Amino acid sequence: MLEIRGLTASIGEKPILKGIDLVVPDGEVHAIMGPNGSGKSTLGYVLSGRDDYTVTGGSVTFNGIDLLDMEPEARAAAGVFLAFQAPIELPGVNNANFLRTALNAIRRAHGESELDAIQFLKLARAETKRLAMPDDMLKRNVNVGFSGGEKKRNEVLQMALLRPKLAILDETDSGLDIDALKIVADGVNALRSPTFSALVVTHHQRLLDHLVPNRVHVLAHGRIIRSGGPELAKELEKSGYADVLAAAA
Amino acid sequence: MSATAEILDSVQSGYKWGFETDIEMDLAPKGLNEDIIRLISSRKDEPAWMLEYRLKAFTAWKQMAEPEWARVTHPPIDYQDLHYYAAPKKKAGPKSLDEVDPELLKMYEKLGIPLKERAILAGVEPDPNERPQIAVDAVFDSVSVATTFRETLSKVGVIFCPISEAVRDHPDLVKQYLGSVVPVADNYFSALNAAVFTDGSFVYIPKGVRCPMELSTYFRINARNTGQFERTLIIAEAGAHVSYLEGCTAPQRDENQLHAAVVELIAMDDATIKYSTVQNWYPGDADGKGGIYNFVTKRGACRGERSKISWTQVETGSAITWKYPSCVLIGEDSVGEFYSVAVTTNHQQADTGTKMIHIGKGSRSTIVSKGISAGRSNNTYRGLVRILPSAAGARNHTQCDSLLIGDECGAHTVPYIESRNPSAKVEHEATTSKIAEDQLFYCRQRGLSEEDAVNLIVNGFCKEVLKELPMEFAVEAQKLLAVSLEGSVG
Ligand SMILES: Nc1ncnc2c1ncn2[C@@H]1O[C@H](COP(=O)(O)OP(=O)(O)O)[C@@H](O)[C@H]1O
Ligand SMILES: [Mg+2]
Repeated sequence: MLEIRGLTASIGEKPILKGIDLVVPDGEVHAIMGPNGSGKSTLGYVLSGRDDYTVTGGSVTFNGIDLLDMEPEARAAAGVFLAFQAPIELPGVNNANFLRTALNAIRRAHGESELDAIQFLKLARAETKRLAMPDDMLKRNVNVGFSGGEKKRNEVLQMALLRPKLAILDETDSGLDIDALKIVADGVNALRSPTFSALVVTHHQRLLDHLVPNRVHVLAHGRIIRSGGPELAKELEKSGYADVLAAAA
Repeated sequence: MSATAEILDSVQSGYKWGFETDIEMDLAPKGLNEDIIRLISSRKDEPAWMLEYRLKAFTAWKQMAEPEWARVTHPPIDYQDLHYYAAPKKKAGPKSLDEVDPELLKMYEKLGIPLKERAILAGVEPDPNERPQIAVDAVFDSVSVATTFRETLSKVGVIFCPISEAVRDHPDLVKQYLGSVVPVADNYFSALNAAVFTDGSFVYIPKGVRCPMELSTYFRINARNTGQFERTLIIAEAGAHVSYLEGCTAPQRDENQLHAAVVELIAMDDATIKYSTVQNWYPGDADGKGGIYNFVTKRGACRGERSKISWTQVETGSAITWKYPSCVLIGEDSVGEFYSVAVTTNHQQADTGTKMIHIGKGSRSTIVSKGISAGRSNNTYRGLVRILPSAAGARNHTQCDSLLIGDECGAHTVPYIESRNPSAKVEHEATTSKIAEDQLFYCRQRGLSEEDAVNLIVNGFCKEVLKELPMEFAVEAQKLLAVSLEGSVG
C-alpha cells in the first residue's frame, strides 16, 4: 500500500506540491488527471527520488517503509517503477544490455541469481512478443532515434521485465495511436495482482476504458482537489477541468 | 610505509597496480652525459654503429628545447636528476623459469598478467590448441626480462625479441628501419629517446605471413627516479599481418617519473599492423601528487600500396600524457586509423590525438576520439589531417567526442586540417556532452547504482573504440575505465 500524507515539495525555492494526501491500496489502479503544470510529473519524480526535488514536508510510505529516506535505486529495488513522460536517451548503450543490467541489479538486491545474456534474451523476447513490439527494439541504443511512440512502448517493456510492485505511468499514453494505447493498457493489466498497484497519469478517457481505475484524482496547483470513481474521468472528458477547478476555488 | 598501509592507500586512490617490487638492481648513476650513454651501450653489448647513433642523437638533443605548445603544465624536469639505466641484477633475457628472479615472477602474478602468461614466463608453454595465445615481451625498467613463444613464432619466420637483442642479432634490419619513421631530431623527446633508449620490442613479419598469435609487450617501471625510454620497431613486409598490444603500469610514488617512448611501424604493400595500447601508468594521487609523465612519439609509415596501420588506444593513466600516434600514408590506397579513449580524472592532463599525413593517391583515414574528463582534469584532443597535392581522392573522417563528468574539468578540441588537393574529402564532427543528471536518474530509477550508471554511460560513449580492441583486452579496458572513474560522480 502506498500512503502519501501531507506531502509538500519544491524545485529550488519554488513550492510545487502543496500538501498531497493519497492512499493507493494493494491491487488497485488509480488515475491522476489535471491541467498541465499542476505537479503530476513532480509527484512521480518525488516518489521515485529524483535529486533536484526537495521534500519540504509530509511522509510517503510503501508497504510500511519510508520511501523518502531511500536512494532512487533502493526504491526501484523495493518495487517502485516510473514510466517517464519523456524517456531519456542513452547513446551507445544497448537496450538489451541496459535492461539486463537493471534487472540483475534488482535481482541482486532481492538476493536472486543474476541472469546471463542468453537467459535474459529468452525472457525479453517473450515480453516483446507479448507486447507486439519488434525484436530489434532490444538491439537498438536506449531510446536513441526512437519515435515518441517507440519510447513509450520501451517504457512499457521495461516495466514488464522489471515487474514492479508500484508502477507510476506518467502520460505513457500521450501521443500514441489506438493500438499502442492498448499495449500500454495490456502492460499494466498483465501486472495486475493483489500485490501490485499503479498510479496512472493521463489526460485521456480512452486509456481508462481499457484500464478501469479504482479511483480517479484531480491534481491542480499542487493539491488533489477532487477524487471519485471511474465516472469522474468521464465527466472530465466531457466538460474539461474548468468546472472542477471553479468548484475547488 | 607498511605493506598494509600501502595496499589500503592504493585501494583508496583506485590505482591497484601501485606496489613496489624489492629487487636488487644494477643502477647507472644519476645524470645524462656521454659516459652514461656509453655505459648503456656497453651494458647492452651494442655494436659501435649503435653507440654512434646514440651519441649523435644526444648532440642533437642538447640543441633542442622542450615543446611548449601542448595544453599541459608541469614544473621543469631536471634531466640530470634521473637514472637512465636500471636493470634487475640477474641476467636479462632468461629462457626458463630458473633464470627469472622469483621476485619478478611474483610481481607479474600480482599484476594479474594472465596465468597462461605466467606459465609462459615459467618456460612452460601451454597447449597450443587450448585457446588463442599471446606472446609477451616483459620489459622491467630498462631491460626485457622475458620474451615468450619465440620458437613458435620463429617457425613461421616471425622475429619477436627485445630491441636490444635485435640490435645485436639483426643489425641490418635495425639499421635500415630504426629512425626511418621517427627521425632522431623529430622532436625533443624522440631525440632524448634515441640517445638513451633501453629496451622495447622488435617485431619483424616476413612477406605473406599472418602472425599466428597476438604479440604484446608489458612495460613496468619499478625503480625510483628512473626514466623509462622504450623503443619499439615493427616491420610488416608485403602481405604480412600482425596485431600487437602494449600494456603498462608503475608503482605509486610521490615524485613524477618520466616515460619517453618512441614507436615506429612500417607496413609494406597489402600489409596490416594493428597496434593497441592500454595505458595505465600511475596517474598521481587525488591532489595531483606524483604520477608518470608520458611523452611518447608513435608513428607508422604505410609505405606500400593498400597497406594499413590502425592505432587503438585506451589511455587512463599518467599524470601527463603527450602522445599523437600518427600515420604517414605514402602508399596508394593506404589506410590509417586512430581510435582513442582518453580518460582524465583528478589533476591528470592529457593532450593527445593523431596526425594523418596523406601522400598516396586514394589514401584514407579514420579518426575516432573519445575524451572523458572528470575531477579537475584537462583533456585535449589535438589532431592534424594533412593532404598533400599528390594525394588525389584522399579521404578523412574525424569524429571527436568529449564527455564531461562534473563542472571543474575541461575538454578541448584542436583540429588542424590542411588540404592541398581539391579532390580530397575531409569531414570533421565534434560533440561535447555531459553525463546528464536525467541520464543518471533514469538508470538509478531502473535499479542501477550511480557508479554502474556512470560505467554504462561511459562504456556506451566509448563503444566505437572499445570494439576495435582484441576481445579480452576490451573486457580489461572496460574494467579499467570503471576503476579510473570510481568516485568521480557525486
Ligand atoms: N526543473 C524545473 N525548474 C523549475 N520549475 C519546474 C521544473 N520542472 C517543473 N517545474 C514547474 O513545476 C510545475 C509542475 O510541473 P509538472 O510536475 O511537470 O506538471 P505536470 O506534470 O502536471 O504538467 C510547473 O509549474 C512547472 O513549470
Ligand atoms: Mg507532466
